[in-house]
This record gives sequence, C-alpha cells and structure tokens, in this order.
Amino acid sequence: MSEATFEEISASDFFYRNRDIAGFSNPSRAIFAAIRELVENSLDAAESIMVPPDIYVRLSFEKNVSKETQIYRLRVEDNGTGIPPRHIPLAFGQVLYGSKYKLKQQRGTFGLGGKMAILYGQITAHEPATIISSTGSTHIFMFKIMIDIQRNRPIIMDRKVLLNKSGWRGTIVEFALEGDYFRAMPKIIEYFKQTAIVNPYANLTFVDPRGRLYRFTRATTVMPEPPKETLPHPYGVDVELLQRLIQITPHENMLDFLRNHFHRVGRKTAEKFLEFSGIDASKNPKKLSHEEVVRLAQKLKEFKEFIPPDASCLSPLGEELLRTGILKELKPEFVAVHQRKPATYSGHPFIVEAAIAYGGEIPAKGQFLLYRFANRIPLLYDEASDVATKVINSMNWRRYKVTPDMPIAIVVHICSTKVPYKTVGKEFIADRPEVRREIANALREVARQLQRFLSKKEHVNREKKRMGVFSRYLPKIAQFSTKLAGKEKPPDIEKLLRSVSRLELE
Amino acid sequence: MNSNSAGSVVERRKVVLERLRRLGEEIYEQLDKGIFPSIEMPSRSIENIYYDTKLRQYVLGDKRVRRSVRNIRHLRSFTQLIWAALFSYELTSQRKTSTLRDVYYSAQAYEMSFKDQQESNNIITDLETVLGFSREDFNIFPEERSAVFGDLTIRYTVPGYEGKTLNLTSHPDGVMIGPALTSAEFVETSADKVIAIEKGGLFTRFIEENVHKRFNAILVLTAGQAPRATRHFIRRLNRELKLPVYIFTDGDPWGMHIAMVIISGSANAAHLRDLTTPDAKWSGVWATDIVNYKLPTDPLDEIDIKRLYELQRDPRYQNDPLWQREINTFLKIRRKAEQEAFSRYGLTYIVDEYLPAKLEQTK
Ligand SMILES: Nc1ncnc2c1ncn2[C@@H]1O[C@H](COP(=O)(O)OP(=O)(O)OP(=O)(O)O)[C@@H](O)[C@H]1O
Ligand SMILES: [Mg+2]
Repeated sequence: MSEATFEEISASDFFYRNRDIAGFSNPSRAIFAAIRELVENSLDAAESIMVPPDIYVRLSFEKNVSKETQIYRLRVEDNGTGIPPRHIPLAFGQVLYGSKYKLKQQRGTFGLGGKMAILYGQITAHEPATIISSTGSTHIFMFKIMIDIQRNRPIIMDRKVLLNKSGWRGTIVEFALEGDYFRAMPKIIEYFKQTAIVNPYANLTFVDPRGRLYRFTRATTVMPEPPKETLPHPYGVDVELLQRLIQITPHENMLDFLRNHFHRVGRKTAEKFLEFSGIDASKNPKKLSHEEVVRLAQKLKEFKEFIPPDASCLSPLGEELLRTGILKELKPEFVAVHQRKPATYSGHPFIVEAAIAYGGEIPAKGQFLLYRFANRIPLLYDEASDVATKVINSMNWRRYKVTPDMPIAIVVHICSTKVPYKTVGKEFIADRPEVRREIANALREVARQLQRFLSKKEHVNREKKRMGVFSRYLPKIAQFSTKLAGKEKPPDIEKLLRSVSRLELE
Repeated sequence: MNSNSAGSVVERRKVVLERLRRLGEEIYEQLDKGIFPSIEMPSRSIENIYYDTKLRQYVLGDKRVRRSVRNIRHLRSFTQLIWAALFSYELTSQRKTSTLRDVYYSAQAYEMSFKDQQESNNIITDLETVLGFSREDFNIFPEERSAVFGDLTIRYTVPGYEGKTLNLTSHPDGVMIGPALTSAEFVETSADKVIAIEKGGLFTRFIEENVHKRFNAILVLTAGQAPRATRHFIRRLNRELKLPVYIFTDGDPWGMHIAMVIISGSANAAHLRDLTTPDAKWSGVWATDIVNYKLPTDPLDEIDIKRLYELQRDPRYQNDPLWQREINTFLKIRRKAEQEAFSRYGLTYIVDEYLPAKLEQTK
C-alpha cells in the first residue's frame, strides 16, 4: 500500500487549473474576459469617488502564434481612484486579494478578475504586466510584475517612480495575451455597447487591432447615488462568516456583538433574539463552542423578527439614467422603465430594474432582444439559462398585445450586494423565487406601459389613415360632382374635413 | 322608361343625361351644406332578387342599401361611382362610346385607379342600379358583338352619321349590333317577324337561303348568350315594330337557356328593365324535335344533367308547360343535338322543312 500524498495548492494555482470557471476557457473567450475584467475594475475605481468614468481600451496586434491565435497587447486606462503603491503588487499579483470584500454593491466581488486576466496573459505570452497608477499625489508609480503561481505571490520585475506634474489620477494596466480577436470581436463590441447602456455617464473608447475606433460618449454626468457600506444581515449569515466576525470582534458579550456586527439589529431586537435562541446575553462570543456557533447561525435564520435589510448598500441605476442609457444606445421610438422597491433573498437586499424599448432602431428579430445586467455589468453569455429568460418565456405577452415579431428590446438589471450568479464567470443569474417574482413584476409594469403606448399609437395611426382617406377622396367627390352638376365653383368641403378630424379626438 | 315609340332613342338619351346631372347635383348640394353625401339604391344581394311573374323577369325587392361618405369603407367606391357617373355623362353628351375595358383604364387618368376589371365592372353595375338604366344607355358597351340582317331601314343618331339611313340587307354578312346600331331609330320594315339564331354558321346559311325574303323575317345572330345590347335590340324590334320573335338554338340545356334569357332576362340584370322580350318564342331545337326528327345526337354529360335539374326549379321555367315538358324529355332521352344536325337530311332541309313547321307550331 502506497502512502497517499497530500499537496496543498495555492489559490492562484487553483484558478490557473480551473481557469474555465472564471471565463478564460479558450482564446476567444479569454480576450473578451480580460477586457471585461479590466474595464469593470476601472468603472468601479471611478465610481467609488463619484467621477464620471473615462476609460480607454486599446488592443493591438503583436504577433501570430497559429492560424487562429495571435498575441495581442491590451492596455486599459482610467481616471479612477488610482492605487496606493504599496497595494499595487498584491492587487494585481495575488489572487483573492481585493478591496471589495465589504458589503456594498460593486462590480468586483471575488478579488480575482484582474489577476485572472494577468495570469492568463503571463502563461500565454510569458511577459510581465505593467501597472502604472497614481492616486493624484505627487508621484506616479510603475510596476512590472509577474505572478508566482505556486505561491500565489507577485514577483516585482521592475519598479519606477515618476513625478506627477500634471496631477494625473488613475490607473493604466498593460500586458500581452494570446487570443482570437476576430472570433471575439462581436461579443467585445456588444460588451462595450451594453456597458454604455447601463453606464450612460461613462465615456468608453476602444481601439481594436485593425485600428478601428469605437467611441461611446456619455449622455449625462449624473451618476447614481453611491452605495453605502453595510453590515451583513442576520438572514444572510453562515457559520464561516460568524467565525470570522467572532475572530475580529472587540465586543465581549453577545448583546453588543449582535448590535454592532449586524445590519438593522438594535438593542431590542438583539434582546428578543437572544431570548428566542436561549443564548446568554452576557456570554463572550469568543467563548462560543463550535456547536454553539452552528446553532447560532441556524437560529439567526429562524428568527422571524429581524427587520429586513435596507437598500442603502445598493446603487441601482434609477429610472432616469436607465432611460438615458437605452435612448442613447438603442435609439428606440419608445421606452418604459420601472424600478422595483428593494427586496431580499436569503438576507441579501436586491433591486430589480427593468425596461422595455420599442421601435426606432431596434430590429424586429422574431423574438425579443434581451439585455441582462447585474450591478451595471452586461451579461452576454448563457442567456437561455438566465432567470430573466425564464420569466420572459413564461409571461403571457398576448395580454399586453405584444408579440415576438415586434421590434422590442427588454432590459433587466438586478443589483445586489450578492448577485445570485450561477458561476464565478458572472454570466447568468440563478433562478431564485424572490428574484423571479421581482423580475416578473417589473416586466409586467413596463409591458403595461408599452401596451398603453402601442394602443395609443395604433389609434393615432388609424385616425391618420382615416383622415388620409377622407382628404384623398372628399375633394375628388367634390370635383366630380361639381362638374357633373354643371356648377362653376366647387362646394366647400372644409367643414366636412374638419368634422372628420373632430371625430378623431373623441 | 318603358314606352319606346319612334324617336325613343333621342328621348332616352335626354332622360339619362338629366338623371346623371341630378345625381351630381344632389351630391354637390349635400357637400355644400356640410352633410356627408349618401346615395340610396336597391340592394342587389340574392335575398333581394325576386321573379316577377307579371313582368316575367327578375326584379329587385324593396330592400335598399345606402352608400354614405361618412362610412370610410364606402368612401372609395362612392368616389368611383361619382367618377363613373361623370365619365358616363361626358360620353353620352359627347355621343362617344366606350367599353368596360375603357372605363377601367380611363379611371387612371383621374387618379381613380380600379383594383381590377371586376371592381370597375361592379361600379358600372352600381351606376345602372342607381339610375335604373343599363350601361348601354350611357354609352358603355361590352366587347361581344352580335349581328342583324333583314329588311329594316334605320336612321343613325351617332355623330357624323346623324340622319343617315341604312337598310340592314346592305351587307351579306349582316350588320354588327354595336353602339351606332343600338342608338339608331327604326324607320321602316317590310318584315313581319324576327328570327334569332344562336350560331353564326346557321345565320349565314339562312341569309344564303334567303330566309329573310321567304319568311319575311329580320334575322338576328345572338352569337351564343345574347349580349345586353342585342337583347335590348330584340325587345325594340318586338315593341316598336310589333314583330313576333322566334328563337332557334341548339337542342341542349344551354341553348334552351339562351332563349330564356332573351325572353325573361337574367338575375344579374334584375335592376334593369327593357332587356326582356316576354312574348318571344323558343322555337327549337326542342328535345321533342330530337325525337320527332330523329336527329343525330350526343349523350348528355354530367354538367348538362346538373344544369337541367337547376332549370327545372328555376322560376322562369314555370310559366309555360313547354319548358317543363322539354326538360323532362331531355332527362328522359339523355341526348342532345346541335342545329347543324339537320344537315343529315341535306343542307336546305332545315330551311325548307323544319323552319316553316316550327314557325307554324310556335306561332
Ligand atoms: N483600475 C483600478 N483602479 C483602482 N483599483 C483597482 C483597479 N483595478 C484593480 N484595483 C484594485 O485591485 C483589487 C483586485 O482587483 P480584481 O479585479 O482582481 O478583483 P475584484 O475587482 O476585487 O473582484 P472580481 O474578482 O470580482 O473582479 C480590486 O479590489 C481593487 O481594489
Ligand atoms: Mg475586478
């Protein structure tokens, strides 16, 4: 019998081996995912200081690897926060290192995205990544780093400090990677377009390997209310999180522990809960046994009297901005938008926003166009598995006099501190009953508005046509009867024509 | 409308023109008062077509339809109707004629295009219904033409020929019953009867054999189902000149019905008068003739028999026991014969033997 060998693998090693789940499964997906991760980091960085994002992305051809794959150089520049120099190597060189673990709505959540891109670049192009950043201070910092995959640590290949004379603030990330741009191109362009819909206050520029320039210009400088950081809600807490909180808490009794580490738990609620769960209010949380922690987690979920989480940690786009984005990029004839009141699933607050756009430049494809967004990120893959698709398919559209052959685009945006993604690749939303209900209600509302618009439009069209028929034939009847009767001057038909158009207003 | 004495053609034209003008005036006045113009006319739907046993023709009942400009679905056809009235007025007053096909094309000049020939034909029928006059009265003629031959002198009223006279024996092929002849006045005749013949071959044979002289007859070729102008012409021969009319057709249901339409008209023309000749006689070829003269025959086929059953129930066939007897005989012998079948007894047999016998029999 041979001895089993145990081997610890690092987080970066783990993701390197499982890069598929993060969306880097093939050269065409990889190039799309890399752009997307970096752009999202840039959007987060600008929004967190309420600056309308200016993002410049350039993808340039380096060399051919095979018939299908080439080496490209990707460069992404932004006007965001910038990164303090001491964080730069870890932010880009250590998987699961990030600043976004706190509970508020942001695009990034896993502390993974940017690194996966760089890691993928490193293993395909074998070159260090360059990061240039300044927080707007007197200096600009430049790092060339590689990732030590086994140890999940950055290796700093080069470091430079420059004077920041112009007071520049922002970040530039540049690295080489293997990819298949021409296969990825439609998705990439679509990604920018949809990002522009859901970020109408951002300027996005993309220069592709052919030298083509794609510009998506902001239509407003108004930005949504930024999210507030929040404590975890008791309904959303698991054993893992409880243990982490117990480790860091300075509070020495359960009452204070509950009051200070949980969202919307005050003295009264905490006391009631402790009574309900039979836990001693004066007990030091650090003294809880493992079994007690498990029981605590369970009781937290069972207690009915916690106040539901508020939504201040969320930053939905808002009806006005959503409308602006849709009008700007889809150029429809009509758009209806609706934002639902905040709701929760397993202790996580979320808000659904939906819109339905009709006509104008929206093509009639025989089925509705669906644009899905989560935390202002477009979701471009696995549309069929998404909960929004299921809701749309199960809705009775005929009730709203809407058919799939109409030029219609449906927009569904869900924001949450924890978007219920099915995968790390952030591609589609899982089918949670609470989420499904909110999407359905939002869609019903916008569908009703569309129905109203369509029936008004139909009425106007009918009346226009009616008026057209009358003003086409009445003068002829007048002309022929005048001649036939042997009269000189034609009868006055204005009165009749006016009465026709009066009918129309009824 | 139905008193057609000499000079009737000119009179009739005046009436038609006046009716058209009045139609225009009515609409003009409604428009001027700010009222949506409307026109009322008898309904031509089948529920409103009745057989009038006194008139011995189909007539329209009391049901009326109103075409109003207020109704957007009527607007187009209303406009077309007024246009057709104006077009007819101009034709009639300028003494020009045209065909249904011309009507269809002429509308385009007024940006009043018809969808198809059928639509424009329907509008002309509407106009007939509104006015109670047939389209020939406002100078719109069908394409089909039949002919007449015999000692009848007519006087033209068409421009360029006004006042000129013509004897209808002048041309050995006969004279075409076209607009000029239809609108001509009758001057004089020595004939004492009219013989209408279904087929051109026999018509020519009759002329060659001097039937017109030997029997003192005006010969009319119907060329199959008689066009309306020809039916109207036969009626005038009967009414204005008091000539009895005898009709010779093939010995089959179709020939029989050609005679019937001359006598009692068609349901399609229920809105019109003056197209029938109720006293005309169907003189042959009867089913009983087939038997009596032992004519060479063909078997009746399926549609012939179906048609016979239809005719058996047709109100027009109830007046005279002759019709039912002949229908029953056809159904019994299951045979039919053409007029040419008499040639089996020699080319002149039909004129020498059959014709005088039948004229006598149906007197
Ligand atoms: N352009 C940037 N400007 C400022 N900070 C950045 C920028 N890009 C990355 N960062 C910082 O680096 C951290 C790691 O980024 P990374 O994309 O790896 O993970 P994340 O965005 O936190 O989560 P996710 O895996 O969901 O993308 C971020 O949390 C952020 O603090
Ligand atoms: Mg990220």
